[in-house]
Amino acid sequence: MQAQVMKKTPEKMPVDSPLSASKNKLAIVLFSGTVDKLMPVGILASAAATLGMQVDIFATFWGLNAFKKDAVKTNMKFSKDFEEMAGPMMQLMQAKHVPSWYESLKQAKEMGNIKIHACTMTYGLMGMKMEDLDPIVDDTIGAVSFLELAKDAVTLFI
Amino acid sequence: MEQAQPVQKKVLDTRGSYCPGPLTELFKAYREAKQGDILELWATDPAAKPDVKAWTARTGNELVQIVDEKDYTRITVKVTGKRA
Repeated sequence: MQAQVMKKTPEKMPVDSPLSASKNKLAIVLFSGTVDKLMPVGILASAAATLGMQVDIFATFWGLNAFKKDAVKTNMKFSKDFEEMAGPMMQLMQAKHVPSWYESLKQAKEMGNIKIHACTMTYGLMGMKMEDLDPIVDDTIGAVSFLELAKDAVTLFI
Repeated sequence: MEQAQPVQKKVLDTRGSYCPGPLTELFKAYREAKQGDILELWATDPAAKPDVKAWTARTGNELVQIVDEKDYTRITVKVTGKRA
């Protein structure tokens, strides 16, 4: 039995210290709407939540479409490049009890400060109403507001 | 310094679970824990070791030890990041 005894971790910056070099926010532009690309959103949001990071997800185009009430349960779309892997992947995930993108994201919300913002452009273009969207979506914002939220954040495009 | 309640130890068995499973279990237990408590994470996910190291450093908690058992890893964390 191998044992590595760790030294007591050294003095470190408190998480919210302005002197800390680490960004304490995660901002994600969620453009994709296939289940394979939706997976990392929940996973990254969960990981960010464990680190006490604030997460802002900007759901736009297919990303926003994925949050429609019926879609969150029925979405089976997969990236075209890997479409032959869709069946085997879904089976593998079920067999190994991997949570769905939606379950993963819901869990992330319970753990930390995760906000899901609908892009007003897509929202307006597709004639959506808040009642059409899953309650996990918090509000609608525009690109400028999102960029403000993202200015001091680790920012990703999915 | 006298403690009002005894130190509690909680075992989190996340064997078979994938990232971010182990860390989310650790975090959820951490939320319920008090300063001085011990959280012992059992994991098969290879990300658990580096992720717990990163997590403890970032959140001000203490990584006490890592033990590689035959089929899994036992990672012991002491809650030092909360107010006493």
